Amino acid sequence: MNKKLVYLAPLILLAVMMWFLVRGLSLNPRDVPSPLVGKPAPEFTLPLLNQPGKTFSTKDKLGQVWLFNVWASWCSGCRTEHENLVYMKRTGRFDIVGMDYKDHDADAKNWLNTLGNPYEMVAVDRQGDVGIDWGVYGVPETFVVDKKGIIRYKYTGPITPEGINNILLPLVEKLEAES
Amino acid sequence: MKKALLLLLLLMAPGAQAAIETHQFDTPEQEAHYEKLIKELRCLVCQNQNLADSNADLAKDLRRQTYEQVKKGKTEDQVVDYMVARYGDFVRYKPAFKPLTWALWLGPFVILAFGLIVLMRFVRSRQTEPDNEIDEEKLKKARELLGDN
Repeated sequence: MNKKLVYLAPLILLAVMMWFLVRGLSLNPRDVPSPLVGKPAPEFTLPLLNQPGKTFSTKDKLGQVWLFNVWASWCSGCRTEHENLVYMKRTGRFDIVGMDYKDHDADAKNWLNTLGNPYEMVAVDRQGDVGIDWGVYGVPETFVVDKKGIIRYKYTGPITPEGINNILLPLVEKLEAES
Repeated sequence: MKKALLLLLLLMAPGAQAAIETHQFDTPEQEAHYEKLIKELRCLVCQNQNLADSNADLAKDLRRQTYEQVKKGKTEDQVVDYMVARYGDFVRYKPAFKPLTWALWLGPFVILAFGLIVLMRFVRSRQTEPDNEIDEEKLKKARELLGDN
């Protein structure tokens, strides 16, 4: 009995290592968990793209559930995502603030004019400093912020219809029910 | 002449023109901190490069952040904490030692110790193989057979 166990040990060891390997292969390396989930959204005040002289501040959104979508006209993933954002806007269920990340104003305006504007407002982060504060490493990225100003979810990559129906809509409904 | 032409061509190669960032530091220590930090921090866009090696836009921005913070007199730990607060532990090439990473840091030593124990037991079991003590009676018989009285 004991001897059998000794012969089985390497096999068991191999199985454990294989498990780690297979698991590692099926992970998406771009899905870096954000340490900001559960923490207060980093505060900022930025100028608005379409309303010269006006600014957007995270404080303005306290008491509301909102989505913070980081995008840029040079980002191909954002183009894929855009029609889904427009759809979200049409449902009237989402309050989306956009942030134009390291972009040129003219390109961004052109983008919104041709593809439609799903945003309540668009803040402009030309240097990418606010992006760093929010831990942005690849656009598009979308954060869900609750009424208390806490980041509750980070959606990395282009939003898909499945993502809207399975993740974002249920989450926003849940957060709106919170006091 | 040929050599000069070759040199000219080499200088015109795109690699030779790659921008080299120059930073001014107040003290050599600051420069050393900066160099160490950008080697220890990972670029999140091209995930298998550190900030020092990467040419991605984000890496440039993070190098700038690192530079500004070092220049302001922040310690290495403070800069690393700043990055970890935003990008998570993944940004560190040298993970922190905490319960979540115990297996990572100690695992190899545990496996090494396990291997040593197995090896020691194996060696010892070979040493303690019973001595060939032949009992008297068999020895006597053998002598008789050999006719060596």
